[in-house]
Order: sequence, then C-alpha cells, then structure tokens
Amino acid sequence: MPERSRVRPGSVATHALLSLGALVMVFPFLWQLLTALKTLPEAVHVPTTFFPEHINWASFKEVFTAMPYGEMLGNSVVNTVARTAGQLVFCSLAAYAFARMRFRGKNVLFALFLSVLLVPSSLLILPQYDIIQRLGLLNTTPALFLPGMFSAFGTFLLRQFFMALPRELEEAARIDGAGPFRIFWSIMLPLIRPALAALAVITAMWSWNDLLWPLVVNTDPAKMPISAGLTSLEGQFETNYPVMMAGSLIASLPMIVLYLFLQRHFVQGIAQSGTKG
Amino acid sequence: MAVFPSTAAAEAEGRIRKPRTKAGRDGTARGPNSRTQKAAYAFIAPIAVGFLVFYIWPMIQTFGYSFTSFGPFGGNSWLGGDNYARVVRDVTVWRALGNTLLYGVIGLVTLPVSITVAALLNRRGLRGVGVYRALYFIPFVTLPVAVGLVWNWLYNGNFGLLNEMLSWFGVSRHFWASDPSSALWAIGLVLVWQSIGYYLIIFIAGIKAIPQDYYEAAELDGAGPVRRFFRITLPLLSPSIFFAAVICVINSLQLFDLIYVMMSPTNPALGSTQSVVSLFYQWAFQQNNQGAAAALAFVLMLLTAALTYVQFRLQKKWVHYA
Repeated sequence: MPERSRVRPGSVATHALLSLGALVMVFPFLWQLLTALKTLPEAVHVPTTFFPEHINWASFKEVFTAMPYGEMLGNSVVNTVARTAGQLVFCSLAAYAFARMRFRGKNVLFALFLSVLLVPSSLLILPQYDIIQRLGLLNTTPALFLPGMFSAFGTFLLRQFFMALPRELEEAARIDGAGPFRIFWSIMLPLIRPALAALAVITAMWSWNDLLWPLVVNTDPAKMPISAGLTSLEGQFETNYPVMMAGSLIASLPMIVLYLFLQRHFVQGIAQSGTKG
Repeated sequence: MAVFPSTAAAEAEGRIRKPRTKAGRDGTARGPNSRTQKAAYAFIAPIAVGFLVFYIWPMIQTFGYSFTSFGPFGGNSWLGGDNYARVVRDVTVWRALGNTLLYGVIGLVTLPVSITVAALLNRRGLRGVGVYRALYFIPFVTLPVAVGLVWNWLYNGNFGLLNEMLSWFGVSRHFWASDPSSALWAIGLVLVWQSIGYYLIIFIAGIKAIPQDYYEAAELDGAGPVRRFFRITLPLLSPSIFFAAVICVINSLQLFDLIYVMMSPTNPALGSTQSVVSLFYQWAFQQNNQGAAAALAFVLMLLTAALTYVQFRLQKKWVHYA
C-alpha cells in the first residue's frame, strides 16, 4: 500500500498526459502568434517554417491602418462595460425584490421572467432589429448593448444568492428605520459580492464575444465591435494570414487577460451558468 | 400559486388570512404591506420595461411574423401556415437540423475527455492543478471569431500546419474546411477543443463534491485508481454528466459563430455545415425572407425552451449554492 508521499507512482504518467493535453489546448495560440510575427512570404512558405527569421511587427501595425481597428476595440469596450454595468444594476434590483419582498402579482411576473430565460436571444433578433430600427439606433453604439443589458439569467442567479441570506439583518435594519432601498444598497448587496463578481465576468465575456447581434444592427465598420470587425477583416485580407492572425490575437487578448486575473470568478460564474445568452 | 387578497375591501371586512408558512423565503413574515409593495415594483420596474420591449414583445412578434410574408416595401400580408409548411418542406431546413444534431453528438465527445482530465486533476498531491486548469480553459474564453480564424489557418489546404504535420506520416494534402465530406467534422473538432475547459469546470466541481472517505475506503479494500474511477467517480458524477449533456445539446442548437467565420459564402461546404441558426441568419438578413425565418426561429425556440426547462429542473439537483 502506498503511503501518503508527495510523489506517487503514476504521477509522472499523469503529468505527461495532462501536459500533452495542455499543449493541444494552447498550440493554436502559439501558431497564431508565430504566424503574426512572420512576413507573408514566410507564412506561406512550403515546407512550413516554424519560427520567423526576424520578429516582424508590421502586421500588428497594418491591422490598425487597414480598418478602423482601434475604433472597433473601443466599441467592444463600451459594449462590454455597458452590458455588464446594466446587468449588475437591473438584475440585482429585481433579484432582491423576487427573493425578499412580497408583492401582488409576484408569481405572474416570475413566470414572465422565466419565459425570457427559456428563449434563446438569438431567435428574437428579427423583432429586436425592428425595434432598434424604429428607435433610429441602427449603426450606433447603444444598439450594441441595449437588449443585452437585461438578463433573466442574471436575475435568477442573484436571486438564489439573496435567498440564502439570513433575515435577521433586514429585520434589524428595518427596526432601525432604514428604508427598502437603503437595506438593499448598504446591507444586502455587499453580502452577495462574490455572485456579483461572477455575473460581471461572465457577462463581460459574453458581451465581448457576441457576434450575431452586432452583425445585424451595426453594418458600418466604424460602429462595429471587434468580433464583427474581424469577420470583415477576413473578407478583406483573405490571404494575408499574418495580418489576420495579428488582428485575431489582439482581439482575443482582453478576455484572456481578464480570465487569467479573475480566474476564481470565472469558474464561479461558469459553474453556475448553463447556456449562452 | 399564492393567493393574495384580491381587494382591499376583503381586508376591510376583517377576514383574517392564514399566515403564510413560507416566511424566510420572503423578506417579511407579514402580508405585503403597501410600502414594500411599492418598493418591490420600483425595484423590478427597470428590468421589466427592458424585458417587455426587447424580449417579451419580440417573442409575440416572432410568432406573428411567422404567419406573414414581408413585401419589398415592408408591407406584410397574412399567409397563415404557409411559412411553417415551407419550413417543414424545405430540404435545407432538415439538412441544417441534421447538421445541428450532429454537432450536438460531436459535442458530446467532449464529455468523456473532460471527465478524464478532471479525474486526473483530482489526484491527491498533484501539483500545478491551477496551471493546467487555466490552460485547458483558455480556448473557452477566447473570442470565437478569433478561434475560427486560427483553425481555418491550421486547416488551410495549401499552407496549413495540419497538412504539414500529416505529411510527416505520409497523409496527402486535404482541404479540410472546404471539402463537404470533412468540413462539418473540422468544425466539430474546433467545437470540442473549445468546450473542453467549460465541461472541465463542471466536472471538477462535481468530483469535489464526492466525499473523500469513499476513495479511502476503496483504497483500503485494494481498489486501484482505475477501478475507483469506474466504481466511485463515474456513478457519483452522473448528475453532473446528465446536466452537461443537456447543456451540450442546447449549446449546439445555438451554434453560429464558428460556422459564420469558418465558412465563407463561397465555400462549397457551406450547405453541409450549416446550422439552424446560420440558416436563420441567411434567410432573415441575406435573402430577406423574414416570414420563413421567423417560423424557423419559432420552431427552434420551442425545442430549446423544452430543453432549457429540463435543465432548469435538473439544476436544483446539482448546483450547490455555497
């Protein structure tokens, strides 16, 4: 019987397997970077060369001059921040009311919210597009984040956390004469900080990565987020692989960095979420 | 359904309601008083307005659209069930639905991979678990459009790295992402690669919830690691596995990004890789056939809603809120 030692038989094999898997997971990114640092002739050289002869940053510059790449990144940032902030505010308010207050029509409203949760947002795009058009918002930044600021998923997620809090806190605050909003804002909300953080990073990820909705509402390149921008880059630079790899690398970095810094919250959010949208 | 007194008059009559026993789930033990009521409505109002405008009204609209045809000048005419008839009769719909289900099946391949990795990561005293988990998870957080571009480049028939690597083993050149016979599998592989990390998180959480004593007891009885995995880990992980399978199917029904990026409109493999959502996009925004697109959306909506409902019911079984 093996005693509890740090190195157990089989741990070498385990590491070997896990490392091989990890290599498969990160290799495409490595190749993306290597290609981005090559010149075009180097990239399409047969037989394939692994490393660029000289490190060549030209493709990274070209991405910014070939299209309004900087603006697109900006649009993505605004879209992501607005959706995340909107969801945190709107979802936490509604979640609190559903979890800890009594009011008439609660069940009817709850059922309505549930119906929103059950319908994938990608299928509501046609009428949503019409609404944005009627509001005169096509090809504007608000068009990107308007529907995405409201989330049934976020409401249900936060409601679960609010429901788990002890009632004594509220009672005590009420006796001290604090109003409903005051109780919510200064007592209850700080207690579900982990849930808010989880919702924030997951929403940020969905917003940054969203493609279908921006493709539909913002067809003007200067108003596109980077996800849609990359697809038009693809059309423009179909065979300029280094530029495409440079463009896609820069566009995916923000989320990767965010993830590396906030791993714990991502894991929390993912473990409690299911589908996209 | 709770029964609230329907009018203030009933209260004035002095009818005493039985105290509700659900105290503790709601904020107050008493009935709704007017101040809390007003506050609650104020709390819910902002998101309710957003939902009405952007979700609930569009749901009704989609249903309405699906019975009409869109004229060139936006004039709608009533079609009755014609759109649905078209959806059912159209061979491309069935093809897209078949592709979508196939993506779902391919996606399920991710589960055994993720379970294996999760079990390996669960070994006692293993170092670097955090690093491994981070590396496996990165593809999931990466912009799907970027993922599609990179893999297209790897699959490239002329200069792709994949062909280069396969040529070492004597496999001849192949246009993986534009040959109708292989393109769907090429996209499926990316889908699996992309989602390993996501399911890994779910299974790590599931394995963590298994009491350690079971393993220790089994070890004392002389069960090896493989046997412990099949006799303890796998059976006790079944709720997570079931949940993951449902999520996998729901997510595959939504597949769009990868296909949009990896299949240019001129790609000969487009028809054999198209998903329901990409067909919907094509009908609604490229061919201006909104009526039929709405009918298609509505059919898919029902399908997804049913599955999501199942998942929602199951979630109670597997999510442990700390």
